[in-house]
Amino acid sequence: MAGGQRVAGSGWENRDAPPPATRHPPSARLPWWLRDLIYAAVFIAILIGASYGLDRIPIGGIAYYRRIIVLMGINIILAVSLNIINGHAGQFSLGHAGFMAIGAYFAAFLTVFYFAPYVNKFPEGTEQWLLQNGLLLVAVLLGGALAALAGYIVGLPSLRLRGDYLAIVTLGFGEIIRVFILNINKIGAARGLSGIPNWADFFWVYLFCGITILISWRLVRSSVGRAFLAIREDQIAAEAMGVDTTKYKVKAFIIGSFLAGVAGGLFAHYMMYLNPEMFRFLKSFEVVVMVVLGGLGSISGSVVAAIILTFLPEGLREVKDFLHTNKDPRMVIYSILLIVLMLTRPQGLLGRRELWQVLARRKDTIPTDERDQGDATDRP
Amino acid sequence: MQTFLQYLLNGIAVGAIYALIALGYTMVYGILKLINFAHGDVFMLGSFVGFYAGGWAARYMNNQAGTLMSWVVAAAIMLLSMIACGLFGYLNERIAYRPLRNAPRIASLITAIGVSFFLEYGGQFVFGPDPKFFPTLIEKHLIQFGTITTTNYQIIVLVVAVIFMALLQYIVYGTRFGRAMRAVSFNFETASLMGIPTDRIISITFMIGSALAAVAGILFAVSYPKIDPLMGIMPGLKAFVAAVLGGIGNVPGAVVGGLIIGIIESFVGGSRFSNFTPAIAFIILIGILLFRPSGLFGKYEPEKV
Repeated sequence: MAGGQRVAGSGWENRDAPPPATRHPPSARLPWWLRDLIYAAVFIAILIGASYGLDRIPIGGIAYYRRIIVLMGINIILAVSLNIINGHAGQFSLGHAGFMAIGAYFAAFLTVFYFAPYVNKFPEGTEQWLLQNGLLLVAVLLGGALAALAGYIVGLPSLRLRGDYLAIVTLGFGEIIRVFILNINKIGAARGLSGIPNWADFFWVYLFCGITILISWRLVRSSVGRAFLAIREDQIAAEAMGVDTTKYKVKAFIIGSFLAGVAGGLFAHYMMYLNPEMFRFLKSFEVVVMVVLGGLGSISGSVVAAIILTFLPEGLREVKDFLHTNKDPRMVIYSILLIVLMLTRPQGLLGRRELWQVLARRKDTIPTDERDQGDATDRP
Repeated sequence: MQTFLQYLLNGIAVGAIYALIALGYTMVYGILKLINFAHGDVFMLGSFVGFYAGGWAARYMNNQAGTLMSWVVAAAIMLLSMIACGLFGYLNERIAYRPLRNAPRIASLITAIGVSFFLEYGGQFVFGPDPKFFPTLIEKHLIQFGTITTTNYQIIVLVVAVIFMALLQYIVYGTRFGRAMRAVSFNFETASLMGIPTDRIISITFMIGSALAAVAGILFAVSYPKIDPLMGIMPGLKAFVAAVLGGIGNVPGAVVGGLIIGIIESFVGGSRFSNFTPAIAFIILIGILLFRPSGLFGKYEPEKV
């Protein structure tokens, strides 16, 4: 047992608790807040370094990749936040683009009409830079808050519905939100909202990406997350066990739509232009596909799928060049791949497990399908 | 009063098309509990088959529009389109849905979305993304009914739609196959234990649903001759709303739901809230699901453990 090594073939007994012999006595460990602070500092330092480096790599066409990487970050936020609703709480929502639209438009509205004119009064310099980033944070968070409010309003009545009906109602709400935005002249209506300053960059997007993953990660391991999982597994049983299902479902909805709103705000401040057409339900489908493809309930699965599905259409450009057509076969290939993947791995790429569990070939988590149950090479 | 009747008539003409699409949704959902998102795109496929067949026929017809021949050709085109879509529906079920029948339902839902993407983007790839104009096979003329005006197209749409609805009603409630279909939708496993070939029933259901979508596609293209590969999305969603409104799985309900959606849309489109027309179907949907989740004609099924 020495050294905290798992005994081969012993499986799952001591997964979370290394043998006590190797554990530091509690007094020698860092206090939790200091430890977390150090982690946060390291994360931010890495982000600043990466962002600095990405701006200065002397490769032709890097701007194109930088753009894809930032959009990938936004997709990761969207996928991980939808995974909280769809994967953890098991409520099938098809309205994520609507919440994203609310966050995007509200954040952009605040910036264009209030914050940007105020910031522009200051001369260029540190003060303006600080103010700009601070106000970006405020705008994005307020955008998220309004999206969360919308999530609450949508969620409260519609979460009485189950399965397909909920999917259709959320899809309907997404479309209603879009049609309403289309009719508000102040924010551009069908012309779109332009003139949004380019405040969000790699650093902000990936900072929120990290925060989203952290929230999602901590959430599943909290009592709230346990309630989500219970509802996902069996709503009636959860109710019988005293879980207030409606309350937790609405909670999942609020958290998910808040993060979607944040992603929208960042999207607005990166793209510098918004149009209601960007938030059609095809966008919702795109995010749902990411979550399901990664494996419902797997956080790293959502991240991996978001990365793959952001790069896939870009990578397929090569195919288009190869075929020498001006017609675009990319989305056709994308849809065929989607169908084939669902046919061969209906539980998604990772199932419910996380990436490292799959890589380590550990079978000690909840079995996701019969294949996992049948394959017992790892068991005593 | 006159405008009221006019809007009502226009609404019924659109609603009949929604109803035809909704029938396919409701039959498939009734049997498989699957929202076949690709159904709206089968509708698109139907009108494109009609477009190419019609273009081909027009070349050989030397402007015989209006003669008896043009009616025969129009009927033949519709039949061809129905066969093509029925075949597609069969293949779709066989290749994309049947292997997933025992998988989690979400997997088949995503596959349906994938098939829908495939048809939309495949349509853009093959047919080109720009709108096309549906050929006129039968000359359009106005008909005056007292104070309200209609076109012979609207009447054709209504007549054809009613014929096919009646046919479906007969198939579902009057034939052996229909009885088997209802049995499968009532309880899949028991039906198969009773010797009903469930796989075949499901295949045929998909074919019938897709053929009805093809009819709707042709009728829609006749009434609104601009067709493009993404035209199926919105009518498809609205037809789904119609199916839910009428009580999903319920055949007459889908027809009533389609007509209600069409009529309400027509009235909203004529009011000063016309900008909100695209959202109205969803507002109705949310209202109906909140107050009567089983739809107008659906049976309430309490949750069972």
